[in-house]
Amino acid sequence: MAESTGFTRRHFLTVATVVTGGAGVIATAVPFVSSFKPSARAQALGAPIEVDVSKLEVGALLKVEWRGHPIYILHRSDEMIASLKKDTGLLRDPESKDSEQPKYATNEHRSIKPAYLVLEGVCTHLGCAPMPRFEVAPADLGPQWPGGFLCPCHGSKFDLAGRVFAGVPAPTNLGVPPYRYINDNTILIGSDTGNS
Amino acid sequence: MATNEADHFDRLGRGLSALGAWIDERFPMTKLIKEHATEYYASKNFNIWYGFGVIATVVLVMQLVTGIFLTMNYKPSAEGAFASVEYIMRDVDWGWLIRYLHSTGASAFFIVVYLHMFRGLLYGSYKKPRELVWIIGMFIYLCLMAEAFFGYLLPWGNMSYWGAQVIVSLFGAIPVIGNGLSEWIRGDFYISDITLNRFFAFHVIAVPLALVGLVVVHIMALHEVGSNNPDGIDIHEHNGPDGKPIDGVAFHPYHTSKDLVIVVIFLIAFSAVVFFVPDMGGYFLEHANFEPANQLKTPEHIAPVWYFTPFYAMLRAVPNKLLGVVLMGSAVLLPFFLPWLDRCRVKSIRYRGAIYKLALAVFAVSFLSLGYLGMQPPTGAVVTLAQIFTLLYFAFFLSMPFYSRNEKTKPVPTRVTP
Repeated sequence: MAESTGFTRRHFLTVATVVTGGAGVIATAVPFVSSFKPSARAQALGAPIEVDVSKLEVGALLKVEWRGHPIYILHRSDEMIASLKKDTGLLRDPESKDSEQPKYATNEHRSIKPAYLVLEGVCTHLGCAPMPRFEVAPADLGPQWPGGFLCPCHGSKFDLAGRVFAGVPAPTNLGVPPYRYINDNTILIGSDTGNS
Repeated sequence: MATNEADHFDRLGRGLSALGAWIDERFPMTKLIKEHATEYYASKNFNIWYGFGVIATVVLVMQLVTGIFLTMNYKPSAEGAFASVEYIMRDVDWGWLIRYLHSTGASAFFIVVYLHMFRGLLYGSYKKPRELVWIIGMFIYLCLMAEAFFGYLLPWGNMSYWGAQVIVSLFGAIPVIGNGLSEWIRGDFYISDITLNRFFAFHVIAVPLALVGLVVVHIMALHEVGSNNPDGIDIHEHNGPDGKPIDGVAFHPYHTSKDLVIVVIFLIAFSAVVFFVPDMGGYFLEHANFEPANQLKTPEHIAPVWYFTPFYAMLRAVPNKLLGVVLMGSAVLLPFFLPWLDRCRVKSIRYRGAIYKLALAVFAVSFLSLGYLGMQPPTGAVVTLAQIFTLLYFAFFLSMPFYSRNEKTKPVPTRVTP
């Protein structure tokens, strides 16, 4: 007979009890941990919203709320659109390759129509709402500032297409929510499928 | 007549000691009092730095009491929170006092705890055999940070809202699980009523429960190994014929009566703030928080309350999301390892080498400067300075094993000095 390992029936029962009890504790933890997830009601409150942009003046910004986030709609002027070609050297991701946006906004102006920019006003750094700073080359932002958005929290900068500047904390361009035009003047934010 | 009166007191005294004996047979009351007060010997040369532990305990009790009374009128909902705080301030009898005691108490707690921790750095209180006292203390500090963070959302002001938004988003920087984790913490896709409700639960029951438990454990661990002193020597090495340390005096009545004076002085200063500058010019209660939470508008100048700004400045110093968060997290966690980072055998700054004195001074200046920089808008010079001081902060800890190993120390006395 081989030498005894010292592992007895009592040891086996102790280990078995601990393992069974541990499994019980983990199983019991599941409902508690799950109760922390967004509830069914929280998930249901994300319905799309319609926004009328006919009264939005050229150069003006409209803020609306969708899913608790600010959504920015900017009516860009021709100069604003022209600036998007000139500032690419200052940007981290000018072609939006590493950023999140629907396919129809993966272009230079990051929108369906060049004139109307639809953006999530949520800084990709830590979620503050970037402030509109549309004036060109103000004293505090330097002579190269083409106009854009400045995050008040940690100084991240974005251009007039929500593209992030190089050398700021925000890693990617501002997000673009799914949206589509219901007609020439009305944008549906939160959904890009279905009949127009 | 006189003898008759003495008789009464005598009988009362006998009754009380009989009651004491009755309890002692069932609960170690006298034993606990002896172990932790009347026969707990601590060095007779304690200076003002040794007063902050007891002040912290007083503030903790004050926060618990005022907090309980605030919950009687506060409503933890996005609809009602801001208004209920205003209701407490305006309509509840003395509500303004209870609330200001609580909000000023939060800042006082951090001032006192920072000084208490700095005392540890001055006199090597984290060194063997007090490593666990230090580590438990660091857990108390973490709990305190959590408590302050959760509590800050409750008034549902605009700074509350965006402060919570930023801090919860910090977890989003963690690769892969980050966004899901932020969502799990918020219980929603943004900071909402749901988030407020659960932060309330954390603030009023979960964290305080942990905090009180940790404080008890902190004191138990301290009383097991004995208190350090400004000379950083073991008073139990020199006992009198009665077996009690010659350089020690009983915690009660000697230290308690001295602590009473310290507490009174603290309360005078504290009351002055509560009554005359409860918002401390925007440092204790930020001005942007006097308007209700607005999901569409981040305050133009956003900064956390002063006690978080040193770490906030570090976060902003790095132009990379993940790195900034990792750096900030490490800055909070590094002090946990102090007992092993410091290789010098001498505890007290009184007998340590010039290099440690210099390092500690640089560290203190860096921490205070970061605190200041964290409150300023993140422009060029502020960021550059924050980068320099962040570097110095980390250098204090990370190069400690090297500069403390061969430190030129002075001879340490065997008995405490006045």
